[in-house]
Order: sequence, then C-alpha cells, then structure tokens
Amino acid sequence: MVALAFFAGRSRSLAIATNVGGIPYLNSLPFYYGALTAVWCAIPSLVVLLIWNFADNYFISNMIVAELPESALELVEGKKDLLVNQVYNVAEGIMPREMAPDYIVAASERLEVILWWNRMLLAVVCLSIGILGSLFVWMKITPKFKARLHVEGVFLGVLFVSACIAILTTVGIVFSVLFESIKFFTKVPITEFLFGLEWSPQMAIREGQQGSSGSFGAVPLFVGTLLIAAIAMIVAVPTGLMSAIYLSEYADRRIRDWVKPALEVLAGVPTVVYGFFAALTVAPFIRDMGIGLGLDGFMTISSESALAAGLVMGVMIIPFVSSLSDDVINAVPQSLRDGALGLGSTRSEVIKQVVLPAALPGIMGGILLAGPRAIGETMIVVMAAGLAANLTMNPLDSVTTVTVQIVTLLVGDQEFNSPKTLAAFALGLVLFIVTLGLNYLALHIVKKYREQYD
Amino acid sequence: MIKMAEDVKDEQKMQSAEPSAAENDSAGPQDMSAKIQGTVGRPFVDDAKIKMRGVNVFYGEKQAVFAVDLDIKENEVISMIGPSGCGKSTFLRCINRMNDTIDICRVEGSIQLDGMDIYESKLDVVPLRARVGMVFQKPNPFPKSIYDNVAYGPKIHGLVSRKSDLDEVVESSLRRAGLWDEVKDRLDSPGTGLSGGQQQRLCIARTIAVSPEVILMDEPCSALDPIATAKIEELIAELSENFTIAIVTHSMQQAARVSHRTAYFHLGNLVEVNETDKVFTNPDHDLTEAYITGRFG
Repeated sequence: MVALAFFAGRSRSLAIATNVGGIPYLNSLPFYYGALTAVWCAIPSLVVLLIWNFADNYFISNMIVAELPESALELVEGKKDLLVNQVYNVAEGIMPREMAPDYIVAASERLEVILWWNRMLLAVVCLSIGILGSLFVWMKITPKFKARLHVEGVFLGVLFVSACIAILTTVGIVFSVLFESIKFFTKVPITEFLFGLEWSPQMAIREGQQGSSGSFGAVPLFVGTLLIAAIAMIVAVPTGLMSAIYLSEYADRRIRDWVKPALEVLAGVPTVVYGFFAALTVAPFIRDMGIGLGLDGFMTISSESALAAGLVMGVMIIPFVSSLSDDVINAVPQSLRDGALGLGSTRSEVIKQVVLPAALPGIMGGILLAGPRAIGETMIVVMAAGLAANLTMNPLDSVTTVTVQIVTLLVGDQEFNSPKTLAAFALGLVLFIVTLGLNYLALHIVKKYREQYD
Repeated sequence: MIKMAEDVKDEQKMQSAEPSAAENDSAGPQDMSAKIQGTVGRPFVDDAKIKMRGVNVFYGEKQAVFAVDLDIKENEVISMIGPSGCGKSTFLRCINRMNDTIDICRVEGSIQLDGMDIYESKLDVVPLRARVGMVFQKPNPFPKSIYDNVAYGPKIHGLVSRKSDLDEVVESSLRRAGLWDEVKDRLDSPGTGLSGGQQQRLCIARTIAVSPEVILMDEPCSALDPIATAKIEELIAELSENFTIAIVTHSMQQAARVSHRTAYFHLGNLVEVNETDKVFTNPDHDLTEAYITGRFG
C-alpha cells in the first residue's frame, strides 16, 4: 500500500508537471512527492498501530472484568489479574475448558469475540488512516508544494528517533540498576559494601539456618578485578603497541595485508572460547610451572589463577589496543616523519622521538578504552579465575571478579528481593560507573588529540 | 577546453622545434642533441658539489622524471620551477633519498655528492641526510618545545656532548634563521604554537643546527603570507654564504629574487638550466619562455 501511495503521488506530480511545462517547474522532484505520499500513508498508521497495541490489553481486560459475575469480583485486587489471566489461558487453550469454572469459560468465549473485533477494527482503522493520509498529500500536490522540505524533515525525525533509542535504553538501564541498588543499600549499608573486606553472599533460606548472616564487603572483588585487569593490561599494552608500531611503520604492504586481518580475527573469537583456553590449557600450565619452580612453599598456588585469566584476557585485548594505536600512529602526519627523516634520523629515532610522543595522547585513549573491556570481561574469568573471594595480590591464587559474582548471584532460582540478588545490581552499578568514567576519560583524551592535527 | 587544446598544440610545435635549439646552443654538451628532448643552457659546472646523471624516477609503472642531468655548484642557490606535476619536487627529494620513504618509488641513474654515489646500495642514508638537509612545503615542527625542535638534530647525531654546547648550537641556529629575537623568551613553549612563518623559520633553524652542506627546500614559502615569505627569502640569501641550496618554488618572482641559476622542468624533463637573469629575460627554450610569460602553468 505504501508503494502504491508512492507511485500515486509520483504520477500525480508528473501529471501536474506536464501541465505546467515540465519537471523543472515543480518545486521538488517527482520522487519527493511520491516519498511524501508514502510517508503520510505509512507513519500515521504505524503510530496508531503501536498505540493500539499498547492500549488494547488494558481495555480488553476491563471489558472482561466488567463481564465477570459479582461473586468473582468480590475478590481482592491482586486476584483480579489472576482471573483475567485464567480467561486468556482458557481462550488460548493452554488451560483445558473442563477445569475452569463456568463464568471463566463464558468470559473466554466473549474474549475471543472481542479479540476478533479488535483485530478487524485495527486493520480497518490503519488502512483507512493510511489511505486518508496519502489522499491528503495527494490532494495537496501542486507545483508550489514544497515536498522536498517535508521529506527532509521526516528523514531528520527518523534519524533523531534512532539516536534517541540508544540513549533512552542506556538511561533505562541506569535507572533500573540504580533503583535495585538503592533497595540493596537499604538492607546493607553502602559503607559496608564499598569498604568491607569479606564477601560471602549467603542468606538464610529459612530462619535459624547456619551461616545465615551474609557479608557483603566487595573489596575482595574489586581487588580481584583490578588484579586481573592489571595483568591483562600488562600483557596487552606493550604487545599491542609494538605490533601497531611494526604494522604501521615497518611492515611492508604484503605483511600488513596478512597480519592485520589475522589480528582482527583474534578480536572476533568468542570470549567463551578464550575461557576454555584459559581454564584447560593456560591455568594448569601455570600451576605446574609454579610448583615446578618450587613456589608452592611460599604462596598458595591454585589451579584457577588470576594469572591465567589475566594472560588470556590480555591476549584477547591485544587486537583492540593494536588497532586503536595503529589508527593514531597513522594519524600522525607524514610531514612530521619526513621532517625527522630529513634531519637524518633513523627509523627508530623517528618513532621514539617524534611519532610516539605525537601519538601518545591517542594511545593513552586507546589503552583507557581497553581498560573497561578488561574490567567488564566475564566469560574468561568465570572459567579461569575461580569463585573464591580471596583478598590477595598473589597472581597464582584464585580470585574472583565483580562480573563473576554478578553471574553467580543471578544464576539459578533466586528470591528476587533478598540482598543476595540485589547485591548483583549494586555490583553492576559500580562496574557501570567505573567503566563509564574510564570511557569518558578516554574519549575526552582522544578528542583532544584529534583537535591538535585537524 | 579550448585553451588546453591550444597548449597542447604549442607544446607539440615547441617539441618539434627543440632539437635544433639544443644544437645551436654552444654551451650545452653535444651529446644532448641526440636525445628526443634534452636540456638547453648550462646544466653542467666545473667544480660540482652535486653531480646528477641520467636520473629517472618511477612511481610504480609511471615515470615521473626523465633522464635528468644537472650539476649543482658549492654555495650556489639553484631554483627549480615548472608547472604542477612536472617532477621538480620528486627530483629534489632524490638528492637526499627522501623518496625511499615512498614504497613504489624507484630511482635510476647516478647522483654524486662530492664524488660519492649516494644511491650505492651499501650507503647509510642517515649521515647522507645529515649532510643534505631538507625543508618542506608545509612547516612541520615536531610537537615539542622550540628548544627541543632545534636541539633534536644535534642530539641524535651526537654533535654536542655538553648542555652548554647544545644551548650555543640552538641559539646560533635560531639566530641564523632570524628567529632568535622572537622566541628567546619562550624557548620552552611548543613549536606548534608559533605562526606559520615562524614555524617555517624554526624548521630551517632545525635543519641548519645539524650543519648540513646542502639544504633542499621544497616550496618553503607556499604556505606563508608575503611578509613571512620576504623574511625567508632574505634568510636564503644569507644562508647561501655557507650552504648550497636547491629550492623548488611555484613563484617565479621568488626564483628570480633568490637564486643564481634556475632550472625549468616540464612534464618530468629538465628543459632549460641557465643563469637566473638569462632565464627570466632571454630564455633559450620556447617552453621556458611560454611558462615565464604565463602562457601556461
């Protein structure tokens, strides 16, 4: 129908154009008249459709409730929804008719009728709005009608709405996490959460159970997260940076064409696969090596270690660091390199004394962007770092991270209002704030750097 | 369109007339006339600082410079002029092997600096570039302080060992570049914060701090205003007492003001080399005359 409206609008404008002496005498190209007609056909009916879909449940429920006998309605408010649900279930055949009371069956039959009418009415209304909309524009098509401006306006609106969707979603996430966290902080003081040294999120399922008082000191999680992220950065930053320097300054085109996609493949490996690798290959290897070196006399050596998780996570971030650094190194103007080379610098002098200092802010930005990835990474640490909330700086011991705890707290059957579950939201909030801060800082630095050369 | 067609016709006419012009030129070497398009005027000098023979430059498959022979004398200023894309910058960059930085660029022929072949395969380009410095079209100070910009060259070449010596080199270089009085109170501020003309003089100071023998300048004033340009031109005149300077320029007035000899390039060929006065008053070649009188370019 939309296509039809498009062609109708277009052909009318063409017809008018021949009357006034050709397309150049129209205000806009025929395409715009067609597009505007199509837009007027589609958008109002889509809007009606959306609103209808949101609203009809409410009205239909009310109609059903009105139909129900007094005896059923004497129940409390909470049960009313239950009754409506029953009616729906019977109507959809989920619940056998024989099991339901008579008045429910009657209501469900009524519901089916209402739903049918609802659908028909919706279709008729949408179609007629579409036709009316396109007719409205179709009538208005004259040589002076500025269809182009209207179409551009609609286009702008669509772009704006798309931009808003992402932002609104973020805001929604922030608020949902924030409210749950506030609920958590009414049960557990925020100071205990942020500064407590012991993490054992156990809550009694029934009164008087052993270990019923959980403790929610998140410091061991923060330390574990930072330890693993630090190990990852120690691995990723020098390797990524040096590979970026090699690729952008030394490698000839053939090697570059081959290595760059390979690095990007590394970025595309699912983190679960990295997790296998960390848990099954790297972690035992590190444990054996630690024991082989005789370190087990001095410190705990666990088969799940921060080092294993950090190393593999570092490998995961290498392409991230290297591709961002590669971009900023390439953004350093060739004229600077020429200037340094023209003075008789060697290649490494050019890189060390001119290219890297010029690219440094951008590289710092890249590193700061990689940081949140390390902090927020979940699968590798779930599989390789362990669950024990040890407060330790020993990289061979098992530690746990914020993300791992969020996963364990929310997996399985949980009572939704217990501090145990709510703690996950508080952790999520902390994670969100930290990564948001780092991202903001990184983008700020990168932006400042860009201004320098553009 | 019509004008371009005329140009082409002119060129064809001139190219057909060219061999006879070369034959008649007594100063030019006789073997030049054998070529389809040789150089007229005085490309050769007796005591050449830089001696270039049969220089061809290719970008991939495309040839940018065709069999150029040219000598540059010690302490002379030679300017290279010609329409855009005529290969003069490419040719200039051959002299300190800056074309090495371009992957697809290939140079043939021989270029000798004081009798040393600079395209010999074992030659290290680092000391060569210290002897043959370069100033670029766009001022390109490093993102460092003014002091460090000038001190960069002496530092990487280990020319000075003591801080006081380095200070002295920086000061004398800035003085010779005519920049000292303007920046002596803010040597620690970034070089990128100077005005365009000051930046270009900073780049010249940076180049002479290495005490090169030859300075190549690739359109050093094209990004500058007339006053800054005048300052740089004065500077070139002073520098020519101590350095050999080859300058590529789009401004014929500039070539006339600063240089001793002028070389005219056309479509990758060196058409004419002569004393600057002669080139601008009575050129030997019709193409040169057409260019300097503004018929094309």
